[in-house]
Amino acid sequence: MEILLALMIGVLYAGGIYMMLRRSLVKLIIGIILIGNGANLLIFLLGRITKGSPPIIPGDANVLTEAFADPVPQALILTAIVISFGLQSFAIVLVKRAHTVVKTDDLDEMNATDEDS
Amino acid sequence: MTQQIIIYPLFLQIAISIILMFSWNNIRFQKIFSVFGSFVSVVLAGWVFYYIWTTGTQTVQAANWSAPFGITFVADTFAATLVVLTSLAGLAVSIFSAATVLKDRLRFGYFPIFHFLLLGLNGAFLTGDIFNLYVWFEIIIISSFVLITIGGEKAQLEGAVKYFTLNILASIIFLTAIAVLYGLTGSLNMADLAGKIAAVENRGLVEITAILFLIGFGIKAGVFPLYFWLPASYHTPPFAVSSIFGGLLTKVGVYALIRVFTLIFTHDPFLNDILIVVAIFTLVSGGIGALVQNNIRKVFSYLIICHIGYMIAGLGMFTEVAIAGVIFYLIHDIVVKTNLFMISGLIFRLRGSNSMRALGGLYAEWPKISLLLFIPLFSLVGIPPLSGFWPKINLIKAGFAESNYVTVAAIIFASFITLIIIAKLWAEVFWKEPQELKLKENFKFFSKSTTFKKTQIVLPIALLSIVSLYIGFGAEHIQELSARIADELVNNQGYIDTVLHAAK
Repeated sequence: MEILLALMIGVLYAGGIYMMLRRSLVKLIIGIILIGNGANLLIFLLGRITKGSPPIIPGDANVLTEAFADPVPQALILTAIVISFGLQSFAIVLVKRAHTVVKTDDLDEMNATDEDS
Repeated sequence: MTQQIIIYPLFLQIAISIILMFSWNNIRFQKIFSVFGSFVSVVLAGWVFYYIWTTGTQTVQAANWSAPFGITFVADTFAATLVVLTSLAGLAVSIFSAATVLKDRLRFGYFPIFHFLLLGLNGAFLTGDIFNLYVWFEIIIISSFVLITIGGEKAQLEGAVKYFTLNILASIIFLTAIAVLYGLTGSLNMADLAGKIAAVENRGLVEITAILFLIGFGIKAGVFPLYFWLPASYHTPPFAVSSIFGGLLTKVGVYALIRVFTLIFTHDPFLNDILIVVAIFTLVSGGIGALVQNNIRKVFSYLIICHIGYMIAGLGMFTEVAIAGVIFYLIHDIVVKTNLFMISGLIFRLRGSNSMRALGGLYAEWPKISLLLFIPLFSLVGIPPLSGFWPKINLIKAGFAESNYVTVAAIIFASFITLIIIAKLWAEVFWKEPQELKLKENFKFFSKSTTFKKTQIVLPIALLSIVSLYIGFGAEHIQELSARIADELVNNQGYIDTVLHAAK
């Protein structure tokens, strides 16, 4: 399971970076989404995957005695997902707006900011 | 519990934003309330600073979860100082925004978002939890995205695409670094991490994590070779927006670097060497970049990058003297850089252009304003006794003590090149023969504005110039403050003990 997840995270990061390096604005967003999901999965993986032992203390005990799944990474991922969702929706609107105004999908043609003025 | 006051700046900013949002269409009220709120936040920040200065580092545990488990807010002298500077820059830019930002932009929630940005900045300075720092960074960047795109001009959107992509990438790298850090230690509290990282045996992985933090924060701070988004975007938004960006957004990256590399990843010669190399290249490339630009705002953008190098160099040397220089420079830089972009706004109002070729003759026409602008411009260069001079003494002294002559040479080269740039700017903009003004439709020159509006534009510049003068002439006080902060940062055991044992 860990190996599979690790490979998948690697593919997501690599694919994300590759897409971000393309010249198309839409591919830029796809890249951001892929790499963001890769980061979320990485937190999940590094919080150690423990199968079938939720961190719930039984009624007759005061502390957890056996190995238990760490709940913190899930809280972190939840926060990160919500944040990246907000940023991605902003990105999509920005790209749509930029496309309407600049009238191109090609990042190489977006060079008005480099002109000498 | 009086120590709760350290989080009041956050509550204040969020309250201002919410009240402003309820008066969405009432622009007049928004202007008055934003300036009033910013003034209150300066007073409050001063109070917090006084409290921290007299009682030492204070902590607040969110929901009373004791230290390594809950989210901790920590105000040491460093954080308190930056909160004061943020609110000062916020006040100046708030007044400046009220006068210069167009109504069309104000109608789409400029002021509420502006205060959310200040909320994020204050939060980033006050938090003691690394994941919470990430959340504050996200609040900062989402507010800055809105501020940089608001208005939707062509150049703005193009700049925003670049700004946006690189900042999101930086955030994801930062998040990756947090993930690895959590996997290594199982903790997120920065004070707790300090102890746990030292005990990790896999040093290679620790170094990789540190490099990930360096890249993530480095993109935000604008260090070589990660700064290319900055000169491509900072000259596109309204002047008020670029002044708050120029003054504070890169500095929050520097703050995070200082915090992480003085608290968590300390005393690693490999990292310090990397920081110094990065700093030297930043100093040289930023300076040379500024030399060839013609647009004033682009010149200032490159100068931001160049001067980030001073702080990174001091951090790389990592002695108490060097860190004191870094803190002094940071204090000076926030005030001056905010002021510089407001000055470019004023020049635009006076002449209708920001191109050095099209400008000229300001000194003949506006002698008093020119003399006022003289203060921040030459504080930036560091002509003694103005404020940019003093921190460099510390940095150069530390460089000689460490026998780090290349860094010393780079620091001197960068201040020399800054002098050339500002002298060139002064000659082109103020002393050259005046060029013919190009009249534009719907553009109101400064000379045609009402006296009230003129005051609103000049007042914040004068305010920050006075602060700059104080930093220069009252250098003894700032030096004392910087030395105390440097002592707290280098001997970080005090910070760790306060955080971890505060709950008991």
